[in-house]
Amino acid sequence: VKSLRLVWVYPDLLSTYGDRGNVLVLERRARLRGLPVEIVEVNSDQRVPRDGDIYLMGGGEDLPQTLATRRLLADGGLHEAEGRGAVVFAVCAGYQMLGTEFGGVDGSPVQGLGLLDMRSGRGERRAVGEIVADVDPGLNVGRLTGFENHQGITRLGPGVRPLARTELGTGNGDGTEGAYQGRVLGTYLHGPALVRNPGLADLLLHWAAGPLPPFPAQAEELANALRAERLGAVLQ
Amino acid sequence: MDDNTQHRTRLPMRARLATTVGGAAATVSRLAGKGDGSVIGGRISLRLAPDLLSQLATGRQVVLVTGTNGKTTTTKLITAALAPLGGKIASNIYGANMEAGLTSALSRTPDAPVAVLETDEKYIPAMVKATRPKVVVLLNLSRDQMDRAAEIWLLARRWRDALAAAPDCRVVANADDPLVAWSAGAASKVTWVAAGQRWREDSWCCPNCGAHLMRDGDDWACKECGGRRPPVSWLLYGEEVIDPSGRATRLGLALPGRANRSNAVIALAVAEAFGVHPSHALAELRKVTSVAGRYTQVRRRGCDVRLLLAKNPAGWLEALDVMVPPPVPVLLAVNAQGPDGKDTSWLWDVDFRRLRGRPVLVGGERRLDLAVRLEADDVAFRLVNDIDEAVDVALATGAAGTGPDRAGPGGTGPSLEVLANYTAFQQYRVALGRVQ
Repeated sequence: VKSLRLVWVYPDLLSTYGDRGNVLVLERRARLRGLPVEIVEVNSDQRVPRDGDIYLMGGGEDLPQTLATRRLLADGGLHEAEGRGAVVFAVCAGYQMLGTEFGGVDGSPVQGLGLLDMRSGRGERRAVGEIVADVDPGLNVGRLTGFENHQGITRLGPGVRPLARTELGTGNGDGTEGAYQGRVLGTYLHGPALVRNPGLADLLLHWAAGPLPPFPAQAEELANALRAERLGAVLQ
Repeated sequence: MDDNTQHRTRLPMRARLATTVGGAAATVSRLAGKGDGSVIGGRISLRLAPDLLSQLATGRQVVLVTGTNGKTTTTKLITAALAPLGGKIASNIYGANMEAGLTSALSRTPDAPVAVLETDEKYIPAMVKATRPKVVVLLNLSRDQMDRAAEIWLLARRWRDALAAAPDCRVVANADDPLVAWSAGAASKVTWVAAGQRWREDSWCCPNCGAHLMRDGDDWACKECGGRRPPVSWLLYGEEVIDPSGRATRLGLALPGRANRSNAVIALAVAEAFGVHPSHALAELRKVTSVAGRYTQVRRRGCDVRLLLAKNPAGWLEALDVMVPPPVPVLLAVNAQGPDGKDTSWLWDVDFRRLRGRPVLVGGERRLDLAVRLEADDVAFRLVNDIDEAVDVALATGAAGTGPDRAGPGGTGPSLEVLANYTAFQQYRVALGRVQ
């Protein structure tokens, strides 16, 4: 069986807060189904592999976000992979980078990667706290629960669909949260966003590997208990 | 007229009134059992005289101690190292490290000619301006409670600007942390200490230009802008300190772990700036056994319990290094109240794999977050509701905790290692009888 290649893009610049969690959750849920996994960590001074199955991008401060974008545009590897159907999943700063433009140091506009039809700028206030959002019913993923910590406002263009509608928290700033287009998906849930959203992790695995075999329910009892506890605590 | 009164009479009337009223509020708060009262006392004083801190600092030799981890411990170590000076030393020993806490510490000890003040990272620019310190200590800088703290590259820049604007101040800085070295690089007088850096996830890139750093052991350099680790005058080398004269001395601390050896070398460098001989300072450092309950060993129903506090990934990494080997059980506990940071994402930055194969207990208000994290690292564990359930397990295991770092939790009896973040630690401390 061919290994599923998870490529973690630039953890030296984009790994502010527990972003490794997404790599670990995807790895675990693939292995539970008997899918072998290979993890590739690519630092910003290395070439991005073209043959990955899922590319992951984490959060970062303004300067690292700008530097990472510049290098990814120069490298071209992420675009090449996306062009041949690879999955891209990005959170927080990484999510903003996927658009055509985002607010860099001092809020001045910076050219983005252009993989999602959207643009981001800096909002008035920082959005910090728990977020809950109902996912696009077409994706068949449970309600999102996570933590956001950003000052971005994102306007979606006609080429993307919102990932979810916010019930609690800020998200994109207009009642929507995250975006997706083909197999490129981003969210303002920061850090280990997939930990409390195993359904989203499975969506990415499904996109990369096709229909997924089931695994014993007890292997996700804890994750579901955590998910229920958090939703219960913040929604009252 | 004693020294105390003399110093007070130099303060303007409004400032004198402010310290008296603030002191009274602190007493009431202490009597009411709400902590040590230093923050409430300081806040009331500040409202009466906003420039009180700068008046209280006037005429004293102030040391500000900052960094993400080790502030409280290093403040205590520096205070100990300066004991050979003989005079009183003002210090915020209870960790109230913002403007109010500093004000309270100084007003409580008006006759102390020296002050050693733990300072929150964000407050360094304002506190440097207000206290005109003789020495600023920069320990390290890494990710910490980012739901309420500033981003760390931004923080490093603020430190840099503040120190560049304080030419009389000596900076004692850890040369092994690139972010710290960049911040201190703008100061006019720096004592560089090779204090080591265990956690590197926040310094793979050059803080000056953003290029990926070349790293070789503790050495680091940027191939783009030419930034590099500065030459050091103090060096932590395993269990030994090498002083500026090149002499190696075994530290022999009572406090455990690499992080505390690192803090101790920094304290020796500060003592040198005050003219205290390293051997005299080191003798004092060796007497420090616990810091506000941290590293304290307590006996509970015949079980030796050791309490370790760590608040962020870098701190947890160092604390996991300190633990005695299996089969002594480990209790991990995490809360996410305000002082802890309300976001538990940081747990995913900690590598727990080294706990595989030993008894692990999981507690705290956010124990499910921790449980899911351990599951992903294939670490077996058991959930517990309180510290006594963990003690039961330790008693049943019966393993004694004498580690390589002198003793662990105890001598020959059953032992338990406890690692908790801030409010979880305080809850256990209260359960164990408010141990110091």
